[in-house]
Amino acid sequence: MGIIEAILLTVITAATPLVLASLGELVTERSGVLNLGVEGMMVMGAVLAFAATQATGSPYIGILAGIACGALFSLLFGFLTLTLVANQVATGLALTILGLGVSGQIGEPYVGMSGIKLQPIVIPLLADIPFLGPLLFKQDLIFYLSIALVFGVNWFLFKSRAGLKLRAIGDSHGSAHALGIHVIRTRYLAVMFGGACAGLAGAQLSLVYTPQWVENMSAGRGWIALALVVFASWRPWRLLAGGYLFGAVSISQLHAQALGIGIPSQFLSALPYAATVIVLILISHNRRMTLINTPASLGKPFVPDR
Amino acid sequence: MRIELEKRANPSTLFSILSPFIALALTIVAGGIMFALLGKSPTSALYSFFIEPLLDVWSLHEIAIKAAPLILIGAGLSICYRSNNWNIGAEGQFIAGAIAGAIVPVVFHDWHSSLVLPLMLIFGMIGGALYAGIPAFLKAHMNTNEILTSLMLVYIAQLFLDWLVRGPWRSPDAYNFPVTRDFAPEAILPEMIASGRANLGFAFAIIAAVGLWIMMRYTLKGFEITVLGQSERAGRFAGFSSKRMIWFSMLLSGALAGLAGISEVSGTIGKLQPIISPGYGFTAIIVAFLGRLNPLGIIAAGLFLALTYVGGEAVQLTLSVSDKVTRVFQGLLLFFVLSCDTLIQYKIRLVFLRFGQSSEGAH
Repeated sequence: MGIIEAILLTVITAATPLVLASLGELVTERSGVLNLGVEGMMVMGAVLAFAATQATGSPYIGILAGIACGALFSLLFGFLTLTLVANQVATGLALTILGLGVSGQIGEPYVGMSGIKLQPIVIPLLADIPFLGPLLFKQDLIFYLSIALVFGVNWFLFKSRAGLKLRAIGDSHGSAHALGIHVIRTRYLAVMFGGACAGLAGAQLSLVYTPQWVENMSAGRGWIALALVVFASWRPWRLLAGGYLFGAVSISQLHAQALGIGIPSQFLSALPYAATVIVLILISHNRRMTLINTPASLGKPFVPDR
Repeated sequence: MRIELEKRANPSTLFSILSPFIALALTIVAGGIMFALLGKSPTSALYSFFIEPLLDVWSLHEIAIKAAPLILIGAGLSICYRSNNWNIGAEGQFIAGAIAGAIVPVVFHDWHSSLVLPLMLIFGMIGGALYAGIPAFLKAHMNTNEILTSLMLVYIAQLFLDWLVRGPWRSPDAYNFPVTRDFAPEAILPEMIASGRANLGFAFAIIAAVGLWIMMRYTLKGFEITVLGQSERAGRFAGFSSKRMIWFSMLLSGALAGLAGISEVSGTIGKLQPIISPGYGFTAIIVAFLGRLNPLGIIAAGLFLALTYVGGEAVQLTLSVSDKVTRVFQGLLLFFVLSCDTLIQYKIRLVFLRFGQSSEGAH
């Protein structure tokens, strides 16, 4: 395997959790709900996936645990913001703070334990294609899922009736409600989808990226995922591209260190965060484009009138 | 069963006073359940978490030490949140203030003067304000989401501090430990009273909170903050500029977070090291909401959250549970506070659907 392939492989591994988490958040935000708890759901998914894998010996059970945990944890956010109409920004922050605390508590016995890595699934024939084969067709289940989900979400949002309804709710919950669409129910489902994706992203971290449990192992990726949604202007394909771009940036520090470039490691580690800020500036400075793209009801509470 | 909300004609005064207390009670109940799940006796755990620290002078001082940054930052954040500016990067501004303030005792360590400490405090405030100025500028002039930018800057500040104390600012006589040289005695924030370690930082916190309370209550600026926060459009009609408000609230909260940062390193730690805060900037968000975004309420909330830090350390020693318990407590508390705040604006009704009875609130 050549050096370029090796680098691209690490980029894919680094990008997958970003793509997954931001894809979930994209659907949530399209329904008009801003969930800032991605970081918390992700880290909960990571610890539960790791714990379930340790308990059963099967990383596939771990994946399921991560997904279920993310979805359940997001329900907490859903109950507060959708049923009790609490402030979405504050509740999302609460979810992140709680997730970081609870995951640390749950993960305590697993610190320093070596994990079980999710093994790649080789797709026959396709995997033999030179260069592309090992990159795209000798990957683990979570990678395949991430790509399938991008296709699926894109189809759902723009080609299906349910997706049209979801977007209608995100753009004007009042009108959608008047048309008889179940605003709150749809939003609950969208929030749970976001949670499930974040949980799956977390599972990728503790089963593929670094198969072990480290406290706060999401390390801000949940927040970068939130920025990615803005970067992608709420479109799945752009999000895929953005995810890989960010994956490349976040992995560049490791390669730069390996090559012995004389920049302090802290500056390289800061790159993804700095890149996020710069990208946000580039994307948002055109106020009109931002207004057109953003779901119009994003972050606004909805109480059905009677 | 379904939960329905009915908007109250006027916000309930009763519940706006009661809701933080209901939230506290619920948190304590949930905490008891958590301890029971961990196999510890809930009553003795809660006793050593919440009561024991109040019983001796040493831990009262510890509470004051930890409450100081929480109140300082939380009071500043309340102004931000009231005006609808979501600065969640106070942790970064805290670090920026600590670094800027430490320039005097670390870089100019040969200079001994009674001006050192005042200069440090001023530098700290400027450092914090400038660092908060980045998301403020980006929001006001580049239309960039301040939540994400202010948070990203936290990670950058942490890494920058790490680089400083391992690189250019590392003390020549610390045997390669990643710390700066110890601050000289005149660079140390003095203690408030003789009985223990609590330093002037706590006094700063009280002064700042009371000052902001007076501003919110009696000045035009306070009115402007409230109006712009509730309706930007209404604010514009009154001639208030939301751009200027972004700058004002962010710089103010940044300066207070910076002051908290330099007070912490100067009063409590005495030097710079890679980690200078157990998450004060994030916990202060909880403080701000628990205090109902009211600076006086924030004093009480800050003292309570400081108690959870000290109590967390206590149960760590007495019951050998991990210090993560504190974070769980704090997260739960914010959840309960936010849910209970619903009671202020809405009446909550549980609707039970029986057979043959249609849902009355559907239309």
